[in-house]
Amino acid sequence: MNREIVFRQKFEIQGGDFSRGGEVSCEVKNLLKELGLPAPSVRRAAIASYEAEMNVIMYAEHGVLDLSATPLKIRIVIEDSGPGIEDIELAMNEGYSTATPEMRELGFGAGMGLSNIKKNTDELEITSEIGKGTRLTMVVLTERHQP
Amino acid sequence: MLTLREMLVLVKGELLTPGLDLEAGCSKVFASDLMSDVLSFSEPGSTLITGLVNAHVVRTACLVDAMGIIVVQGKRPNAAVVDEAAAKKLPIIATGCSMFEACWRISGNLPDGMR
Ligand SMILES: Nc1ncnc2c1ncn2[C@@H]1O[C@H](COP(=O)(O)OP(=O)(O)OP(=O)(O)O)[C@@H](O)[C@H]1O
Ligand SMILES: [Mg+2]
Repeated sequence: MNREIVFRQKFEIQGGDFSRGGEVSCEVKNLLKELGLPAPSVRRAAIASYEAEMNVIMYAEHGVLDLSATPLKIRIVIEDSGPGIEDIELAMNEGYSTATPEMRELGFGAGMGLSNIKKNTDELEITSEIGKGTRLTMVVLTERHQP
Repeated sequence: MLTLREMLVLVKGELLTPGLDLEAGCSKVFASDLMSDVLSFSEPGSTLITGLVNAHVVRTACLVDAMGIIVVQGKRPNAAVVDEAAAKKLPIIATGCSMFEACWRISGNLPDGMR
């Protein structure tokens, strides 16, 4: 019974729209908080969501964030249409970044986003097709033991 | 533990978001201009010291459950950014101190292990 989805919502992310960057993840965080999920898990999910959202804004054209939550896990899938990631392993390396100087001026481009997502999720799957787009599936368990 | 009000005095700052609660104690202080650093290393209940003034700072601070933001180097976020912070109940303090000086003034008053 605990496994049933208690909540599901989709959000649109517009590539290049820095002015609204992060708004979706702030909303995700508030929704998860309102559901009464434990604050540390909500924080981890929100951080992973934000890094992934900003990557869509920085590198892709358009993305959809699909949030679902049960009392035991938070699942966020972000799928974008964009250039894709050629070498995912390389992109995961801390410090690797193709961010432009303009992005760096805003405080991005440390090359920490993907490893930060890894750190804050219990399951992470990245698939990408060059010229088509990238898909991140992130799961945060609300309790540290397996459901 | 230092409150935001005490930090406001230490950095001779100006509160840009009047009316917000400054009395809660801050457990940690975190200084960075890199959003990913803030997202990976700051702890809930921290005060964020930064030289950045864009809306992402406010959203980042909100996401990591920061208590407030101290903007250094005499920089000023624009009205829209201040409004967003106020709506998120996140106090912003502006100071003419450099990042280093703000950190120094505050850390000199923090007990060990809170920096
Ligand atoms: N959705 C995406 N589409 C295309 N390329 C991407 C995408 N996400 C990440 N990348 C590539 O992977 C690199 C590393 O991403 P990561 O999020 O780790 O760091 P960053 O975005 O460069 O900097 P930071 O996240 O620290 O601000 C990016 O610079 C970019 O080249
Ligand atoms: Mg990134």
